Amino acid sequence: MAPNAAAGADTFPKLLVRNAQIFGARPAMRHKDLGIWQTWTWAEVLQAVRAYAVGLHRLGLKRGETIAIVGANRPRLYWSVMAAQMLGAIPVPVYADAVAEELAYVLAHADVRLAAVEDQEQVDKILSVMERVPKLELMFYDEKRGLRDYDHGRLHSMEDVIEEGSKALASDPSVRAWLDGEIAAGKGSDPSIILYTSGTTGASKGVVLTNERSIHAATDTVAFDKLTENDVALAYLPLAWVGDHYLNYAQGLVSGFCMACPENADTAMQDLREIGPSFYFAPPRTLELLLTRVMIRMEDAGFLKRKLFHFFIGVANRYGERILNGQPVPLTGRLLYGLGSLLVYGPLKNVLGFSRVRVAYTAGEAIGPDLFNFYRSIGLNLKQLYGQTEAFLYVTAQPDGEIYSDTVGPACPNVDIRIAENGEVQFKSPGMFTGYFKDDGKTAEAMTPDGYVKTGDAGFFDEKTGHLKIIDRAKDVGRLKDGTLFPPKYIENKLKFYPNIREVVALGDQCDFVAVMLNIDLTAVGSWAERNNVVYGSYQELAGHPLVYDMIEKHVAEVNRSLAADKVMAGTQIKRFLILHKELDADDGELTRTQKVRRGFIAERYAPLIKGLYDGSKEADISTEVTFEDGRKGVISARVKIRDMKTEPVAAALGKAA
Amino acid sequence: MRAPGGPEVAVGDVLLAVENVSLSFGGVKAVSDVSFDIRKGEIRAIIGPNGAGKTSMLNIINGFYQPQQGRITFKGETHAKMRPHEAASGGIARTFQNVALFRGMTALDNIMAGRTLKMHSNFFWQLLRYGPAMREEVQHRRRVEEIIDFLKIQEIRRVPVGRLPYGLQKRVELGRALAMEPELLLLDEPMAGMNIEEKEDMSRFVLDVNDYYGTTIALIEHDMGVVMDLSDRVVVLDHGIKIADGTPEGVKGNQAVIDAYLGVAH
Repeated sequence: MAPNAAAGADTFPKLLVRNAQIFGARPAMRHKDLGIWQTWTWAEVLQAVRAYAVGLHRLGLKRGETIAIVGANRPRLYWSVMAAQMLGAIPVPVYADAVAEELAYVLAHADVRLAAVEDQEQVDKILSVMERVPKLELMFYDEKRGLRDYDHGRLHSMEDVIEEGSKALASDPSVRAWLDGEIAAGKGSDPSIILYTSGTTGASKGVVLTNERSIHAATDTVAFDKLTENDVALAYLPLAWVGDHYLNYAQGLVSGFCMACPENADTAMQDLREIGPSFYFAPPRTLELLLTRVMIRMEDAGFLKRKLFHFFIGVANRYGERILNGQPVPLTGRLLYGLGSLLVYGPLKNVLGFSRVRVAYTAGEAIGPDLFNFYRSIGLNLKQLYGQTEAFLYVTAQPDGEIYSDTVGPACPNVDIRIAENGEVQFKSPGMFTGYFKDDGKTAEAMTPDGYVKTGDAGFFDEKTGHLKIIDRAKDVGRLKDGTLFPPKYIENKLKFYPNIREVVALGDQCDFVAVMLNIDLTAVGSWAERNNVVYGSYQELAGHPLVYDMIEKHVAEVNRSLAADKVMAGTQIKRFLILHKELDADDGELTRTQKVRRGFIAERYAPLIKGLYDGSKEADISTEVTFEDGRKGVISARVKIRDMKTEPVAAALGKAA
Repeated sequence: MRAPGGPEVAVGDVLLAVENVSLSFGGVKAVSDVSFDIRKGEIRAIIGPNGAGKTSMLNIINGFYQPQQGRITFKGETHAKMRPHEAASGGIARTFQNVALFRGMTALDNIMAGRTLKMHSNFFWQLLRYGPAMREEVQHRRRVEEIIDFLKIQEIRRVPVGRLPYGLQKRVELGRALAMEPELLLLDEPMAGMNIEEKEDMSRFVLDVNDYYGTTIALIEHDMGVVMDLSDRVVVLDHGIKIADGTPEGVKGNQAVIDAYLGVAH
C-alpha cells in the first residue's frame, strides 16, 4: 500500500471507513471462540462499530469525554475503542491484570463515566472500588457469564448496546446521516487515546496521543516494514500497552492488515501457530522462554534427532545470520543451511508459529546476544526497536539487513534524536504525545524548552553502525573520577548474559575505576563443577574456588574486550572483581521482590568488600547477617578473594564522554 | 462465596429422596437406615469422618452399589435399587474421588466421551464419521466447546490428560460429567489434594455450574470451609448412620457432629 493512501484520513474512524471501502471483503479481525476462528471483514467491523457508536451515544457518551476499556484482547473491546473514537470520545484502556488499587486510580484520574469491561472478574474489581470512582455511572460487559444476578441498573451487555444501535441505524435514516456527520466532524488534532504508563516509578501518568500524530507515526513504520493488507498479526500483548495499540491497532488500521485475537492469554502460543502471523512482536523474556522450552524438549528427544538438531544449529550459527543479511556465504554453507531448513529450522519455526513471520521485533530490555542470534540464525527476521509510550512507541528501529544484538537501530523516519549533555536520549517524533492528562507540571518536566521529549534513558550513537545504544536509566548513570560515563546496568547486563553469572553489582560512581561484585549461578556452575570433578559443599565454597575464579575471569575479560570496542565505553572496563560469598537475596533486602539489585543497600552492607576492591588488597573479610527461610537469623563470615583484571588498550584520548 | 445479589437458586421440589437405605458388605454395615432428600437446584453436601459411608451413599445413588434395604425415589419414580445405566440416562452424572479419566486421551476427547449417551446416529455412520454422524458430532462438539469455555481449559484442549496436573484433571473430569447435561451432579471430594488457589477455582466452578446450568449438586467434601461456603444443606454421616441434617450453621453447632469429628471422652 502506498504510504500516502492514509493521507486523506486524519482520524482512526475515517481510516476504518476507508478500509471498509477498499478492503471491504478482506479479514480485519479474527478471534478464536469455542475452538473455532471467527472472522470479521473490514465491512463487518465498520458495521458493528457504527452500531456500537450509536448505542454508546444513546447511553450518553459525548464528544471529548473519556471511556475506560478494561480487559484482554477481544474484538469487542477493540470495537469499543473504535466506537468511542467515532463519537470523538477518548478511550482509556486499562491493563486487565491491574490490581483494584491501580484500576481505581486510573478510572478516577481519567474522569471516566462509562467503562467497557471484559467479564465478571473486571466488573467485580470495579465494583469493589466503586466509592473511589464516584463519576463512573455505567459499565457494559462483553462476557455475560456469572453476571446474571447482578444489579443491571448500571450494567449493560455490550451485545445489547450494539443491538440497540443496529436497530436505530436500520430504522432511521437520520441516525445514519447523523453518524456520518460525527465521523466527518472528527479532527486530526483531537486526542485519540489516553494510554496510562504502567507506573513503575510513582503514580501512572496518562499519555495523551492525537489522531493525526498517531496516524503519521504508524504510516511511517508501515512503509518502513512494508506492511500491507495481506499481513497478519496476533494481538496477544496487553491491550492497554502502547505496543499493542501501536503495532496492532494503529498499524492495522493504517495498512489494513488482519489482527487476530487469541482465545485467551494461556492459549496464545498455540494460537500463534494456528494463525501463522507475518508480523510479530515479543519481549526478550518471551523469546527466552520459548527457546528454553525448545531446548528442554530437544534434550528429551531421541539420539538421532538430538544430534541432528545440534549439528544444524551449529550450521545456522555459522551461516544463518549472513544468509539473512544477504552477505556472501560459501556454497557448502548454503547447501548445508538449505538442508537444515528442510530438516530442522523449518519444522522448528512451524512449531513456534514463526513459519510466515516476515518482520519480528523485540524491545523493552536488553536481549542476550546468544538468544538474539539463535532466532536470527534459524531465519527469523528478528529486529530491535526502541521506543516509549510518549513517542507512541517507535523512536528507533533496525532496518532489514542492519541488525546487531546490542543496538536498537537508527532513528525512525522523521524522528529527530539527540544525546543531551548528561547522556540522556531526547527525541522529537511525528507520533509524540501532546501531554500528560491533567498534569501540565509533569508534561513540562518531561519536555525540554525546545520541544524535545526526555526519555530518561542514557545512550549513545555507535560509531561503526550509526545505531543508537541504550545503556541505562539516565538517573542511574554515574561518572568515574576522570569524568567517564559509568552506566552500571550496561556493564551488569553484559556479564549477566553469561549463564554462569547470576547477579552483578557494578561499582564506579565517583571512583577511580570500575569494579564488580558478582554471584555465580549455582545451577550452571554446579553442573560445570560436577563435570570437572570440582568438589564443593556449599555456595560459599564453590564461589571461592580458584577454578571458578578463572572461569569468571575469562568472562570478565571478554566483557572488557567488548567494552573497549566502543570508544564511549572503553574507560569503563572492569579493573577488579570478586565473587560474593553468598547469593543476593530478596529476604535479606538485597534484591527487590522483582529481583532488581538494591544498590544503596548493598553498598552499605558490603562496605568492607568495596573498600577492599578499591584499596588494592588481595582479599577482604566480611561478615553479614542472613535471614533463613524460616525467619531465623544467622551470620555468615568469609574471606573473599579479589582478582585484578588486565584492561584492553584504548586508543589515546578516547574513553572520555563526549 | 455467593455471587452478589444473594442466593437465588430456586430450591424447590424434591429431586431425589433416599429412604431407609441400608447397605452392608458381609458383616460390615456401610450404611444403615439412612434417609434424606435432595431438592431441585440446591447444593447438598454429604460430610462425615473417614469411613462414615459417604462414598457408599453416592454409589448407591448412581447404582454402583445395590442396597439391601430401602428405596430411592428419583424424579418421582421409586426404585428399590438404581442401575448405573438408569441413573446415567436419567440424568445423574458423577466425578470420582480418584480421578477416573482416560489418561491417554486428550481433554477434549475425554469430555466428548461424556456425550456418548446423547449420540443417536448408528454405529455404521459413526464408523465412517460421515453424514448424520458428522452432523451430530459437530453439534456435540459445540456443546463440549461451551463446557471447555465454561471451565476455562482452552489451553489444554489437545493435551493428553495423563500429562496434566491433578487440579486440571479434576476440572476435566467435571467437564466430562457436565457433558452429560445432568440434572443431578454427584461430586466425590472435588477438592481433595488441591492447594488453596485450586480449591477457590473449583468452588467457583461448582457455584457457577449450579447457577448457570441450574444443576442440582450433591458433593462430598472434607474441607469444612468449602462445605460451609458452598452448600445450602448438609447431611452428616458417621459409621453409616445419619447423625445430623440441616443448614451449614445448624450442623456446625450440633453436639453429635462435634463429637463425631473430635471424639468423645469415655
